[in-house]
Amino acid sequence: MNFAASESSVSQRQDDDVPLHTLKVLVAGGFGVGKTTLVGAVSEVRPLRTEETLTDASVGVDDLGGIESKTTTTVAMDFGRLTFSGGVRLYLFGTPGQERFWFMWDQIAYGAVGAIVLVDTRRLSTSFASIDFFEERGIPFVIAANQFEGARRYSADEIRDALDLDSDVPVLMCDVRSREVARGVLVALVEHALQLAQR
Amino acid sequence: MENPRERWIGREAGPVVRPYAVTRGRTRPRGLVVDLVTILVATGRTPGDRVWLSREQRRLLELCRRPSTPADLASETDLPFRVVQILLEDLHQYGLIEEVPQAAEPSERPDPRILMRVLDELRRL
Repeated sequence: MNFAASESSVSQRQDDDVPLHTLKVLVAGGFGVGKTTLVGAVSEVRPLRTEETLTDASVGVDDLGGIESKTTTTVAMDFGRLTFSGGVRLYLFGTPGQERFWFMWDQIAYGAVGAIVLVDTRRLSTSFASIDFFEERGIPFVIAANQFEGARRYSADEIRDALDLDSDVPVLMCDVRSREVARGVLVALVEHALQLAQR
Repeated sequence: MENPRERWIGREAGPVVRPYAVTRGRTRPRGLVVDLVTILVATGRTPGDRVWLSREQRRLLELCRRPSTPADLASETDLPFRVVQILLEDLHQYGLIEEVPQAAEPSERPDPRILMRVLDELRRL
C-alpha cells in the first residue's frame, strides 16, 4: 500500500465526510437478478441489506411466494453509497421490482437521478412492471441485461425490441459482478439523465 | 456466487415485531416525512425534562451531531428506513434535529451541474 497516497485520501475523506448534496439511484429488477451484486460492486461502504417494512396485509415475497399474510412483514432493501468530492453523495437503493412494492419506490424515486433496471434475459417479463413504472413517471432509466452463464446470448437490439423500449434508452449487456462494469452502468445512467435534463 | 434466496429466508422472520415496538406501534410518519437522503443535523438543543427519548432515538440524535441522512442512519443503526423516519420525525418535532438545506432545492430532478460533477468523478474512479 502506498502510504503517502493513503494519507492524502484520508484527509480528502475527512473533507468530504459531511454530506452537502445527496443523490439517489434506484436499482430495480426481479428476484435474484443481481441487485445486491450490483449495489455491492460499486458501493464504497459494505453493502447493506436493510429491512424495509411492508404493512400490506397479504404480501408475497418475490418468486418465493412463501410468506403468508401478516400485518407487518419486511422486504430486503439493498443500500450502497458512493462519496465524491465537495460533499456529494450518491446513494443506491435496490428494491424488488413488483408492483406491490411501488409504494416504496415512489418515495425513493422522488428527485432521483434515475434507475438501473436489471434484466434477466431468461425472464424478460419480470422487468415489464419496473419499466412501466419509470416510463410513466418520466424517470430516466437504463437497462442492464445481466448475462448469466449458460443463458442464450442476445444483442442489445434484441433486448430493446423485446422490451419495446424507446430508441434513446441505453441497453447494456453486462456482468454486474464486476466493479468496472457496474460503474460503467452507473456512468451510462448519469449520462442519460443529463441528456434528458438538457433537452 | 451469492445465494440471495438463502439470505432472504434467513432474515425474514426476525424483525417482524421489533421495529414497531421501537416506534411504539406507529407504522408510518404522521407529520414531517424525511426523504431517505435528506441531510439532517442535531440543533444542539437539549431535550427538555418532559421529553422522553428511547434508546434508539438517543442513538440517532448522537449520530446526528454530524450531518447525516436517514439512509446512513438506518444502515448504522440497523433499523428499517421506515422506523428511522418515524423516530426522526419525533426528534424533529422536539426541535432536536433540523434539515440542512442543500444548494439545489429539492425537486423532481437533480441539478445538472451536480450530475456533471458526479459523471466526471465516476469516469475517473
